[in-house]
Amino acid sequence: MSVTSASPSHDRPHWLALDRLGVLITLILLSSFLLPFALFRANRILLGDGLPLLASMQPVAASVLLLALAFGVGAALLRLPALIKLAAGFGVLTILFIAMGLSAETLMPADNNYARVSPAAGFWVLVFGLALLVTDALTRLRLGPWTRIGILLGVCGAFWALLWSGLWNELSILKEYANRAPAFWNEARTHLLLAFGSVAIAAIVGIPLGILCYRVRPVRAALLNILNIVQTIPSIALFGLLIAPLAWVAANVPGAKASGISGIGVAPAVVALFAYSLLPIVSNTVVGLLGVSAPAVDAARGMGMTWLQRLVQVELPLAFPVILTGIRIVLVQNIGLTTIAALIGGGGFGVFVFQGIGQTAMDLVLLGAVPTVVLAFAAAVVLDAFVELTSRGGRRA
Amino acid sequence: MIEIDSIVKTYEGVPVVDAVSMTIQPHTICAVVGTSGSGKTTLLRMINRLVTPTSGTIRIDGEDIRGIRPYELRRRIGYAIQGHGLFPHWTVAQNIGAVPRLLKWSKADISARINELLELFQLDPSQYRDRFPSELSGGQQQRVGVARALAARPNILLMDEPFGALDPVIRAKAQEDLVAIQQRFGTTVVLVTHDMEEAIYLGHNIAVMDAGKLLQFAPPKQVIGRPATPFVQELIGTSERPFRLLSLSKIADHLEDGDADGDPLPATATLRDAYSELLWSGRSAAPVEKDGRLVGRVSLDALARLAARPQ
Ligand SMILES: Nc1ncnc2c1ncn2[C@@H]1O[C@H](COP(=O)(O)OP(=O)(O)OP(=O)(O)O)[C@@H](O)[C@H]1O
Ligand SMILES: [Mg+2]
Repeated sequence: MSVTSASPSHDRPHWLALDRLGVLITLILLSSFLLPFALFRANRILLGDGLPLLASMQPVAASVLLLALAFGVGAALLRLPALIKLAAGFGVLTILFIAMGLSAETLMPADNNYARVSPAAGFWVLVFGLALLVTDALTRLRLGPWTRIGILLGVCGAFWALLWSGLWNELSILKEYANRAPAFWNEARTHLLLAFGSVAIAAIVGIPLGILCYRVRPVRAALLNILNIVQTIPSIALFGLLIAPLAWVAANVPGAKASGISGIGVAPAVVALFAYSLLPIVSNTVVGLLGVSAPAVDAARGMGMTWLQRLVQVELPLAFPVILTGIRIVLVQNIGLTTIAALIGGGGFGVFVFQGIGQTAMDLVLLGAVPTVVLAFAAAVVLDAFVELTSRGGRRA
Repeated sequence: MIEIDSIVKTYEGVPVVDAVSMTIQPHTICAVVGTSGSGKTTLLRMINRLVTPTSGTIRIDGEDIRGIRPYELRRRIGYAIQGHGLFPHWTVAQNIGAVPRLLKWSKADISARINELLELFQLDPSQYRDRFPSELSGGQQQRVGVARALAARPNILLMDEPFGALDPVIRAKAQEDLVAIQQRFGTTVVLVTHDMEEAIYLGHNIAVMDAGKLLQFAPPKQVIGRPATPFVQELIGTSERPFRLLSLSKIADHLEDGDADGDPLPATATLRDAYSELLWSGRSAAPVEKDGRLVGRVSLDALARLAARPQ
């Protein structure tokens, strides 16, 4: 510090300089005041009235939130250490979330279970601006994989505490949840099963296929081309396309129907998700194996390893980070895609999304969409951390 | 004994190794030299079947290697590849223990062998055993690569430019170590290098290759004194010839009776070292000592005779 401030061109302290991304974040945060903070509706499908921040909550709560936001703007604008920016971002986000809950409690009329209060555009813009502050700070900190997983767990814990405290119970999305809690957990289970199950099957089939492509060159081009074509079929079309053949299988193959196969439902959903997962896994396996350092493979051959020993002891371990990257891509993709499986009766969070669209009830759509996004995001963070852990030349952190 | 019998390797019709025949005697070092791309690596890799010859046969102790399963053949032959080729995800100990593990040695034997080799190459086992290759210097990686090739005490050792990345001091040390190991265990070594100096120092025989052809296969003295072709002569370096010849013998082998002034020279030094020292100190002769006793002298006149082209 003293060195920087001693240089003639800087007579101000280093941290007083403006942070460029901070200016953008400030503009985003300020623009939120042009938009309504909360939305009040007399019932769940009516269009509602947007309320500005100051009209959304008690003056005390509003002033605390405004103060916190001013603090957040300061942290964003100045060139402070990333750790301070991170703490500020998380702190202001927490206050914002608490304020949203308080706002719902204030706005909900007593003894009226039909009215709905939900976050409006202004709230989302604030969340976006603060999320930008947090992610920028996280990127600058270059945290290790375990720290990143730790932060993810911390954030999940904070959210769980927020929901458990009942502070958000008056918010529309939780009203929708309260009405269908058993169904929610049921669909959550189906969603996880579909997303993780299809990726697991794809890995079990795809990695050996990738090994085959690696070892038998003529197979490589042919198989990768076929999988490429599958990948280009629009997802809804693929789900639809599978209805007819699976219905035929169910009707004509003895025992198929008994084991749960039919034109609609879980079976076509799993098949379609599996089909989409195959290309990234197979191609990443091939790319990973081809990328294994040639001298290492050569040395393995030269010392007399059989092809299986070479594969298991040298090639697969060295290709593993790339293969894991393929699995990460597919898992995040499938957590999202599984939503569409609801269209053909596959279940999952998509059920709420499509019901919500049908009833023009946005809160219900969110009940399906928000957990999906959170799941996909968490999966990405965890698997990215694993990829990093495994790609340090085998070194333990 | 390795018998290479009119071996040919062509890639897309172009011969890369062209009708090479030579017999490498057991317990000797054969240094293969030649310019880049002359087929040295290819020739070496045909010995352990990493490359399949287009025609010709190779026999080891009389047995055609085509009759031996490749992986079994390779476990019997140590191979230090060009650039160390260590497994980046394994520790130094795991790397060195690789072949003994394939041969199903006991854990204790493998561990003892790893320590023995690390000590041989002056890498403290307690410090280096558990390091990963990325945590070693280039020279240390290369030494571990050679240690790995030696791990299962092979009778035959193939080395492809094993000392390329070493600085002159460590390189000289590694060369001495190789000679010591070779003499102690009687290993048959085929060593590829493009450093003529190294070939002369290490090789009992030198094989000179150019464009896939074997130009000369003979002891160093003969390669220096009677180069088979102008190319071989060029490779040796015309102006270097007398000095290379001197570097082949030790003072001890050419002692003269008598005495001389000044500091004595060790009998184990090469004639080249003696010549250099005499010129530098401005003397025409120097005393020679062995085990702390003066045993004779070495003179410029005698050296000049020994440096002349052999008749
Ligand atoms: N798999 C291959 N396919 C086609 N050509 C090859 C192959 N391997 C080697 N060659 C060619 O064979 C020739 C000899 O190669 P080799 O590796 O034996 O040379 P080298 O004498 O070891 O050279 P260097 O000193 O650079 O290591 C080169 O021209 C090379 O391009
Ligand atoms: Mg080579």
